[in-house]
Amino acid sequence: MYAIITVVGKDKIGILSAVCTFLAQKNINIEDISQTILQGDFIMIMRVDVSQCTTPLAEVAVEIAAEGKTLGVDITLRHEDIFNAMHNV
Amino acid sequence: MISKIDVLDTVNMIRSQHLDVRCITMGLSLFECIDADPTRCAAKVYDKIVRSAKDLVKVGDEIADIYGIPVVNKRVSVTPISLVGQASGGYLEIAGALDRAAKETGVDFIGGYTALVQKGMSAQERAFLATIPEALSSTDKLCSSVNVASTRAGVNMDAIYLMGQAVKRAAYLTRDKGSIACAKLVVFANAVDDNPFMAGAFNGIGEADKVINVGVSGPGVIKAALEQVNGDLTEVAECIKRTAFKVTRVGQLVAKEAAARLNANFGIVDLSLAPTPAVGDSVAWILEEMGLSRVGCHGTTAALALLNDAVKKGGVMASSHVGGLSGAFIPVSEDIGMINSAAAKGITLDKLEAMTAVCSVGIDMVAVPGDTTAETLSAIMADEIAIGVVNNKTTAVRVIPVEGAKAGDMVEFGGLLGRAPVMPVNAGSAERFIHRGGRVPAPIHSNKN
Repeated sequence: MYAIITVVGKDKIGILSAVCTFLAQKNINIEDISQTILQGDFIMIMRVDVSQCTTPLAEVAVEIAAEGKTLGVDITLRHEDIFNAMHNV
Repeated sequence: MISKIDVLDTVNMIRSQHLDVRCITMGLSLFECIDADPTRCAAKVYDKIVRSAKDLVKVGDEIADIYGIPVVNKRVSVTPISLVGQASGGYLEIAGALDRAAKETGVDFIGGYTALVQKGMSAQERAFLATIPEALSSTDKLCSSVNVASTRAGVNMDAIYLMGQAVKRAAYLTRDKGSIACAKLVVFANAVDDNPFMAGAFNGIGEADKVINVGVSGPGVIKAALEQVNGDLTEVAECIKRTAFKVTRVGQLVAKEAAARLNANFGIVDLSLAPTPAVGDSVAWILEEMGLSRVGCHGTTAALALLNDAVKKGGVMASSHVGGLSGAFIPVSEDIGMINSAAAKGITLDKLEAMTAVCSVGIDMVAVPGDTTAETLSAIMADEIAIGVVNNKTTAVRVIPVEGAKAGDMVEFGGLLGRAPVMPVNAGSAERFIHRGGRVPAPIHSNKN
């Protein structure tokens, strides 16, 4: 089971490190990652494998959003199916 | 991997353009609760709803967290109570049980205090209609609807007159709250069995025991997409179709997931564009983005017809079962663009009526002066119902004669119901027409067999 994480906010040192540490603690493996700076905003998109994670996905989504608040960036985690549904026929 | 642009597109739709799942509605059959003893019937109704829908809110919230999309309302719709309560006649006792069950399960609304009287009424159904004002004014979450006409049956004008009186009475009973009971009462032509939207939701008699129907929304998403289109109206229609497809796919995903988790049948996805009073969530603003200076001006009906058709075409392919009302809603009090136009006298009741000929659903959330007579209210209903019957579509009237209010006043309903400028009604009288009563014969094109 895969999820997509987005991180959007002002770029600063340690964002990637903090997100990766959080995911490692949850037993979530990063499958793909891309990052870019768009109009001054740091934008990172990750595809992660959540099948080994024992915490329910709904709770992980809430926790990672809170982690984002601590870091001062906007982090979302969504089940991959919503993106597949909207963009793949 | 899904492209970066697509990911950001989805995130942006949800975060900035108000894409949400407007409602997950659980339809429940209550036929097994019929009992000649009113207290026993009410108890069975309460038990069945609480037993069946106890996890509805929890599941709705879980799905919202997993997919990162707001599920704004969780609702229950039930078998028309005029049928469930006919053996006992204890309609008001059942109304109380429905309201308590809604509160116990934590759902936002419960619909189905409903009668289907398009062709005629039994004495019990007549008695049921008389209980509607009290049922709505003595409960908080209960919604009521009455189907007074269909293309196959014609128009039951006796029922329309009774509903004019019921709306008047409901307004009076909740006179200290802006006549709010009328916001929970819909009069229909060609009512549908699987509508997830309130106040008109009920679980039709041909429906399964436990069904999940989902209503999606997203006027803000369509408005934002159209901001990028500078081409002709064919390009406008194509853009709406593409966007409606994406929105409806979310509804399909949520409906299937909710049905599986709640051990219920997947009913339908209703791909209506439902506005809210929030800035950026307006159907009127889509029409204005197409090129109208203000909704209600000449050209509005044409723009709405294009929008409604394109939404259907985009949505139909996105879901395995499309149903409900599926189109663009134009409730006045729930749409910031409509509120602004009505307040500036840019849109009239007559123009609204014309618009309903090309969209779902009807004269919706329109406040009129408190001294509007039951006969005039009935005549407003009759006009709207005639449009539905002749055009073979669902139409509805949810009109609020706000006690003590005059044309031009502003009435606050709060929450999703918004606020409404009181619109003037025509000063002429249809009293003699309404008092004639009887049944308007079904139109010629209803004879299809």
